[in-house]
Amino acid sequence: MDIYKDLIKKAAQIRREVIDIVYRSGAGHVGGSLSETDILVALYYKILNIDPQNPEWPERDRFILSKGHSVDAYYCVLADRGFFDKNELLTYSQFGSKLIGHPNRQVPGVEMNTGALGHGLSIGVGMALAAKMDHKNYRVFVLMGDGELAEGSVWEAAMAASHYRLDNLVAIVDRNSLQISGKTEDVMALEPLQEKWKSFGWKVSVINGHDIPSICDALSEDKKVAGVPSMVIAETVKGKGVSFMENDPKWHHGVMSEEEYRKACAELDRMLEVLS
Amino acid sequence: MNKIHNRQVVCETLMELAKEDRDIVVLCSDSRGSASMKPFAEKYPGQFIEVGIAEQNIVGIAAGLAASGKKPFVASLACFLTARAAEQIKVDVSYSKTNVKLLGISAGISYGALGMSHHSLQDIALIRAIPNILIVVPADRFETRLATEAAARYDGPVYMRLGRNPVEDVYTSSDYEFQLGRAITMRDGDSLSIITFGETVRIALDAAELMAARGINCRVINMHTIKPLDEECIIRAAKETGAILTIEEHSILGGFGAAVAEVVVQNYPVSMKIMGIPDEPAVPGKSKEVFAYYGISPENLCDEAEKLIKKKKAGE
Repeated sequence: MDIYKDLIKKAAQIRREVIDIVYRSGAGHVGGSLSETDILVALYYKILNIDPQNPEWPERDRFILSKGHSVDAYYCVLADRGFFDKNELLTYSQFGSKLIGHPNRQVPGVEMNTGALGHGLSIGVGMALAAKMDHKNYRVFVLMGDGELAEGSVWEAAMAASHYRLDNLVAIVDRNSLQISGKTEDVMALEPLQEKWKSFGWKVSVINGHDIPSICDALSEDKKVAGVPSMVIAETVKGKGVSFMENDPKWHHGVMSEEEYRKACAELDRMLEVLS
Repeated sequence: MNKIHNRQVVCETLMELAKEDRDIVVLCSDSRGSASMKPFAEKYPGQFIEVGIAEQNIVGIAAGLAASGKKPFVASLACFLTARAAEQIKVDVSYSKTNVKLLGISAGISYGALGMSHHSLQDIALIRAIPNILIVVPADRFETRLATEAAARYDGPVYMRLGRNPVEDVYTSSDYEFQLGRAITMRDGDSLSIITFGETVRIALDAAELMAARGINCRVINMHTIKPLDEECIIRAAKETGAILTIEEHSILGGFGAAVAEVVVQNYPVSMKIMGIPDEPAVPGKSKEVFAYYGISPENLCDEAEKLIKKKKAGE
């Protein structure tokens, strides 16, 4: 169980770093970054078969951040895993920085440029197909936002993944139930979400997206069903970990005042203390 | 007249290349018939992917395949591929610089009678404004072979635009030097230059023949690569012939003529005439009928050439 304790602590540390880079740059998508943090930590510290020293290693598992706007947590995780120097995080969203507001391939560890929503799953299908064609064992993970599921291309890709029996493809939805304009169910209802994916031929599991052992369990290779792509609906809280941000759509891309920043830091520092 | 469709030539060429290169993958969107890719699908089922009628998905999948070392050729109808998947082309192909080849089939007014939904008269304007992508339009079956081979060799995104029907040859064989980005002067002359590409090269050559009878010495340039343009060739044509007429099977807004004009006006301004489809839904009909309706016929081109030469002499 120690590994999980470490991962839980790691997630708190990443959240703290997210708050820092977002505050410092005055830009970012903090709400969705905090909701996906535990998922990224589970992936990058437990699930993904990767080598940060050799980011292009052909046998590596692939990860696509389809909800590219939530790049803050992604950069913090990649830096912490050693894909690039942590000091570079200080340049986030600054003029001339590689670390711009959406993932791009200039950043070591980033597989594809994303930002336009509804693209990631098709790319994942292509990568998973390539693995099948080459008889390689790597897996492909795609993290999507729930608001993103309104894009028609997501369902084109969903159809293709089950048509081609891509059991090496794992899609994860960061189901925080909020998008810019409010609740997903008010903006464009998604429910019954589980049934939708099942009817498209996917194996679906619904988990608590902040419970790291559950995330690791849902994403582990032995959960794979032969010939069936996997969808993990991770129920999360937008702004998770910072009390005044939680469940408030304002923090989709809100910018913190100094007072808010201090409060957020204090809360996360306390959490880190409790965990150590 | 030649009876082979250029799209068939692409299929044959890809089949030859696929024999040696297992990374070549062809993707279709319920378009294996219209793209003439059935023989490829049958011979190389392991290198063929059917995506169904889903252009956004086909481009995204191709980008994913390319990012994993494959060399995907997406053969899909130009009108849908470029317009419907414009964002995937911009982000997943251009921005991510994936090695994806987009084959826009039945482009221009190939589907003459099917109406504006099936005409692809905006694709050049659209793709031209997206960085990192080459645009290539072969003129006949010989050039189609060379262009397909060159696209396969080139490591990066290419949009290759193809018509639907068999076209008359402009070459006698593929035994000539074809280089991406390097235009071919099909006929030399110093009275004016016609610069064009694709199926209208034949019309330009026929027009030049008629002009010769009228004492006009017309240069005909086949600009098979529309991006990057062979700027040097255009500037030379402006300097040496003093008047330029462009022809395109595309809207005259933001397309080929506009691209040539950008080069001319910034380097060596001369009189120009841009011929193509005006800013309207194109009239339905067979290619030749539609071309003639919009003045793209050897006879009318002679008249336009005379007007241009008169302008040139008047120093306008």
